[in-house]
Amino acid sequence: MKYASPSSVEEATGVLAGALSAQVFAGATDVVPQIRAGRKQPEILVDLKGIKELLNVSNEATHWRVGAATPTARLTQDSDFSSEFPGLSEAAGLIGSDQIQNRSSLGGNLCNGSPAADSVPAMVVNGVRAVVAGGSGSRTVPVSEIVTGPGKTSLADDEFIVEFEIDHMPAHTGDAYLRLIPRTEMDIAVVGVGVRVTLNNGGQVSAADIVLGAVAPTIVRVPEAEAALVGNQINDEILATVSAAASAACNPIDDKRGTIAYRKQVAGVLAKRAVLLAAERAAERNGDAK
Amino acid sequence: MSRRHITATINGDEVDFLAEESSSLLNALRDEVGLTGVKEGCGTGDCGSCSVLLNDCLTCACLVFAPEVEGGTIVTVEGLANGGELHPLQQCFLEGAALQCGICTPGFLIAAKALLDRNPNPTETEIRYALAGNLCRCTGYDKIVRAVQEAASQIREA
Repeated sequence: MKYASPSSVEEATGVLAGALSAQVFAGATDVVPQIRAGRKQPEILVDLKGIKELLNVSNEATHWRVGAATPTARLTQDSDFSSEFPGLSEAAGLIGSDQIQNRSSLGGNLCNGSPAADSVPAMVVNGVRAVVAGGSGSRTVPVSEIVTGPGKTSLADDEFIVEFEIDHMPAHTGDAYLRLIPRTEMDIAVVGVGVRVTLNNGGQVSAADIVLGAVAPTIVRVPEAEAALVGNQINDEILATVSAAASAACNPIDDKRGTIAYRKQVAGVLAKRAVLLAAERAAERNGDAK
Repeated sequence: MSRRHITATINGDEVDFLAEESSSLLNALRDEVGLTGVKEGCGTGDCGSCSVLLNDCLTCACLVFAPEVEGGTIVTVEGLANGGELHPLQQCFLEGAALQCGICTPGFLIAAKALLDRNPNPTETEIRYALAGNLCRCTGYDKIVRAVQEAASQIREA
């Protein structure tokens, strides 16, 4: 395997176009284990960290730009970002140890294609967009359209994600991400739930996004739970509907981390808790916030 | 197989070495530079025994490709002692018997140094979270946590 470190997007797409099999990487926290396990044997390893756009984090008028290779530690340590998007920041911060946090990235977490990727439900509820570069130019697509199945993405062989665009959190809106793992740290989600809720002046839910991870081949949106919330004050009855809808939306596997029945049950419980947490944050975010 | 010439500052010294392009930093440090304090446990970023500071960031050397460190700065366990004088963390690990077989120890020392560099007075909980990426099959962790607490206290008083 050869190693290339292009210093511009154009140079990188050129390297990809000229390679029979290339593997782009940022922190390589998933790529190295896959190579060692014999699941990948690319001709060339393309390190994207030499491209400045991929390590850029900027807070702009209408949105944040977060470079796809930015270490997640940098996001969790950014107090402006973390106070605006506590759910997304916490989800990104759950990925592995400090050693991993200094290497792992939103772009890698997404493109690895794991159904259990913690940052993905949190990105999707926040409507995050991916700016994709490739040989035929650049395109901007919702994060929800990148992963098509375990380990599979909609990106062409010569494409990679440059950065994410994250619109500022609207007023009276909060996000949350909760996951369950079999121990207290350093594990892969049995269930992950991302929620974003907007409240109106009367305290009723005016917008809701609920996305589950680790319970199906890809993330799962729960429109029945979203519909149950919108237009209503959150109460026990509504939360019971949210839980039941989240459990019903699961299409999980049985594995060493949890059975099908367990994952469904936990998805319902976590969805309810995440809605309450997101609503609490929404109530605290006043109209002056960006 | 093509070998690349790489220059990096390792434990304060500028070092040149040759490594295969797809070689891990872990293998390059051990086999090319001779720094065998960096241990291989899992090779997949789970156990932390190959922890190094790369450009001041705590990192598993097994997850880094050797050419990535061109022009960079690396600190390994060999860089902790000051001449013949052990770093307080090393001294406290010794005195507190915070190791048995010792394979994980260099990684724990580096991860603990990374913690104390940014937080000189960590709580027990903060220490346990900061060391969550380092696995030890011998000690049960308690003596390691106490050694880090003791070293932190000595460094603060120094």
